[in-house]
Amino acid sequence: MNSFKLLQKLTEVPGPSGFEQPTATIIQELWQPHVDRITVDRLNSVIATKEGVGTEPRPRLLIAAHLDELGLMVMQIEEKHGFGYLRLTPLGGVDRRQVAGQMVEVHGRRPLMAVLGGLPTSMQSSERQNKPYDYEDLVADVGLPYEEVQELVSVGDSVTFRQPLRKLYGKRVTGKALDNRASVAAVTLCLEQLNGRSHTWDVIAVATSQEETRLLGAYTNAYTYQPDAALAIDVTFAKAPNVSGNKLFELGDGPVLDIGPNVHPGMYQALQDAAAAIEMKVHTGTHTRSSGTDAFGIQVARAGIPTGLIGIPLRNMHTMVEVVDMADVERSGRLMAEFIARLDEQFLDKLAKGMMEK
Amino acid sequence: MNELVKKLVEAYGPSGFEDQMRDLIRPEIKDHADEVWTDALGNLIALKKGDGSGLKVMIAAHMDEIGVMVTHITEEGFLRFTNIGGVRPHTLHGGRVQFADGTIGVVASDRITDRSKIHSLEKHYIDVGATSREDCPVSVGDAAGFIRPFIAQGNQLIAKSLDDRIGCVVGIEALKQLSAIPHDVYFVFSVQEEVGTRGAETAANAISPDVGIALDVTGTGDTPEAYPMAVSMGKGAAIKVKDGGMIAHAGLVRLMKQRAEEEKIPYQLEVLVGGSTDARSIQIANSGAAAGCISIPTRHLHTPSEMVDKGDVEGCIKLLVAILSGPIEL
Amino acid sequence: MNELLKQLTEAVGVSGAENEVRLLLRDLIADHVDEWEVDTMGNLIALKKGTGDSDLRVLVDAHMDEVGLIITEVCSDGSLKFDPIGGFDDRVLLGKVVQVGPKKVMGVIGAKPVHLLNQSERDRVVKMDAMRIDIGAKKALGSKIKVGDRAAFVTEYEELGQTAVAKAFDNRAGCAALVELLRAEPYPFDLYAAFTVQEEVGLRGAQVAAYHVKPDIALVLECTPAYDLPNKEDVSPNVALGKGPAVYVMDSGTIQDPRLVAHITKTADSHNIPYQIRRPGGGGTNTAVIQRSHGGVPAATIAIPGRYAHTPCMMISLQDYANLVKLGQAALRSLTKEIVQRKN
Repeated sequence: MNSFKLLQKLTEVPGPSGFEQPTATIIQELWQPHVDRITVDRLNSVIATKEGVGTEPRPRLLIAAHLDELGLMVMQIEEKHGFGYLRLTPLGGVDRRQVAGQMVEVHGRRPLMAVLGGLPTSMQSSERQNKPYDYEDLVADVGLPYEEVQELVSVGDSVTFRQPLRKLYGKRVTGKALDNRASVAAVTLCLEQLNGRSHTWDVIAVATSQEETRLLGAYTNAYTYQPDAALAIDVTFAKAPNVSGNKLFELGDGPVLDIGPNVHPGMYQALQDAAAAIEMKVHTGTHTRSSGTDAFGIQVARAGIPTGLIGIPLRNMHTMVEVVDMADVERSGRLMAEFIARLDEQFLDKLAKGMMEK
Repeated sequence: MNELVKKLVEAYGPSGFEDQMRDLIRPEIKDHADEVWTDALGNLIALKKGDGSGLKVMIAAHMDEIGVMVTHITEEGFLRFTNIGGVRPHTLHGGRVQFADGTIGVVASDRITDRSKIHSLEKHYIDVGATSREDCPVSVGDAAGFIRPFIAQGNQLIAKSLDDRIGCVVGIEALKQLSAIPHDVYFVFSVQEEVGTRGAETAANAISPDVGIALDVTGTGDTPEAYPMAVSMGKGAAIKVKDGGMIAHAGLVRLMKQRAEEEKIPYQLEVLVGGSTDARSIQIANSGAAAGCISIPTRHLHTPSEMVDKGDVEGCIKLLVAILSGPIEL
Repeated sequence: MNELLKQLTEAVGVSGAENEVRLLLRDLIADHVDEWEVDTMGNLIALKKGTGDSDLRVLVDAHMDEVGLIITEVCSDGSLKFDPIGGFDDRVLLGKVVQVGPKKVMGVIGAKPVHLLNQSERDRVVKMDAMRIDIGAKKALGSKIKVGDRAAFVTEYEELGQTAVAKAFDNRAGCAALVELLRAEPYPFDLYAAFTVQEEVGLRGAQVAAYHVKPDIALVLECTPAYDLPNKEDVSPNVALGKGPAVYVMDSGTIQDPRLVAHITKTADSHNIPYQIRRPGGGGTNTAVIQRSHGGVPAATIAIPGRYAHTPCMMISLQDYANLVKLGQAALRSLTKEIVQRKN
């Protein structure tokens, strides 16, 4: 499957935080041919194990790429002049500024299309007029009479954004949920590539649930599978027209490796070494407290797990027009495969030694 | 039921100091459970064993209430304080607090020069009638809860700390009504929920349940100029779909709806924008649990006069009994 | 001169890069403990076996990381951009000397000369993202300094009468106290000392250390901000230098176990050790994550007051430090299972 088709399949399926089942199903289909065991847990994370060739007991590397996307939830159903309107609350950090005017899918008794409509200015109070729309001034309008809406939709139903994946110039694409389906795609490519390579360690690939709300899948799966080391892969901030500042990375210029308290310095170095081995250009990102990714949860599971972090540069994060360069997705997949192939029985000792050097 | 509610809501028990609550709840539950114990943080836990065919379920209702802690005693014997849990300044003036030994104080504030503004907590003080720091019966570090008498009026119950002593009542009454059940059910009367669901976290770490259900209050959207919310007092037990800390397990929510419909229990679906419950800690503990919450719709939360409807409370009890008595398929 | 405090405060160990201070602590305690290990996050965890009189497992925690900076970019002109690690007031950084990276390259955080400022600039706080570390290089120096390197303040330890001035008394004072507790005679119980990492960025190291050790009781040694400077407004007095170690009742993340708090204050009274009750509320310590690990751990916190926290020059009272060690010793040696048993 080419990268575009892969990303298309992954971004166009709904799977907002807490309601990831349809996405989990797709990921299961995609990963199954490349792994030895695969399961979906009670909290909607997909866990796949690809065994290594080392002697048992083999060390385990967990790779986490969250599968949930941002979405909305029906909070209340209101009636006006016979029509039914839905009041919504966000699931995860949806960029509120760009919500009005989006097309959405309401997952009621059957999927319903809806417009996210904001109150016209003349209907708003003066303090609210010149500000981004508040959820109190927004409705999802399915265009149906109230009684029908009551039949088809329930408080608590999830709502996802509708946005097909589209090609831009070069290898760039735009759509919704590239955060973090781009990373899931990279993991898929990595698992494919490992079919042709020998690796000592076991790889546990996890598409984690509810990252956008509380890193739920990261915490619970790191606890359950007790890996010896872990990699998280997520998106990071790309330079864009009108978006400047340091700590932004070029689109299409290679993946970003993070360093900071959330990352084991030895894992960062090992990723650097893997990139050098395949002459891949990578960049270094920093964080001060939390990387804002699954790595934060994985690092402190049980008695601690050495964790590394790979970032795919992405524009317009948390909007419905996210942009990535497919070359970066492909590179991230290759980098992970190289990193995994290089893991040997001495790796953990190397990490431990590093802690005791100046 | 009113006596039990009255006894629990009027009792002293701010977060971290729940000893007296355990003294009241333990006698209610000990004859209905197979084992009862208190853990390291003070959670009171009662285990009702199942027949082995079901899951491990943890029920959490918190015993602690919001309160205040003394930070400083002035030379004249007035007490400055900080909050324990979500205490809002606009609920304080003229109220009364009680300390563990029964000492009662009045809450007042520095002179109000601008009536459109509310003083922050730091500008309030407690007056226990002392005349100096030396003769003050209270010390820095002492904790107090609010006091207000319980009232039953018509269908409503009005009291302080219905959050979450009413949840404790739901748990106690449900436990009393359970007979043979498939699941091993741990009823956790938890501590320190109001300061961050801490008791539920440690209890869940130790129990590692498959399913976690909190019993807690939720808000309503039926008062003047309320934030949009599809929950009203008197319209039935609320099945929580989402709150500020957790998205409930979709399968568990489905099961709760199913049981409510089977038992003809009026129910409402709840999405709460701010606030959370013990369920959020149970959901993420260890390998994770399918978590949800049965909520009691409550008006005037975190004030000394919270209000619930008796019918809603009874509905919550029936719903919990129905869920625990049957299979749990998610 | 207190050599222990001098060595520990002058060592560099910004959150996530505590190597130097970890190695120093290892050298300081190795001969006084039965076992030690370093976990994957870098926590140094040591076991000092007890006399066998008690089967309690007691954890004493002192975080070894300090606040500092992380280099985010090596600019083409050789200067360094940075972000804070830990909480900082932007105003304490200008005009300070820092040491960067494992090779401790010297640098300064400079400022536009006042002579060249216009009126509005004089009143404006310079924000961290407008600051640069100047190491005197003309262009990017390549491998000497890397993005991700940490920078720490440069302050020499000095004693001024009853007080001492240094960087990082938060929490090298706590670490020093723990070292002294380990240098004493064995306790009735097995004592696990955890010199933990990354407290300043979210109590991270203590979380995994507590999981690993699984203690019955825990004590955290810290340095807490003193609020004893003269002030016109009538603010509730908080912790002050010279009044003894500060005993916590409640902070932003923990309600300390009331039974342990009572034990500590009773012990102080019976041993005539001065102490103060730290004003409840605010501030966070490793106690929060230790208390909530596994099925819960009764835990308490004792701290030495320190002025000017999270700035290059902190100040403590040497008397307070000595009393912290005394109180820690006395409280530990009289610790029994009964203290944390529940009657109901």
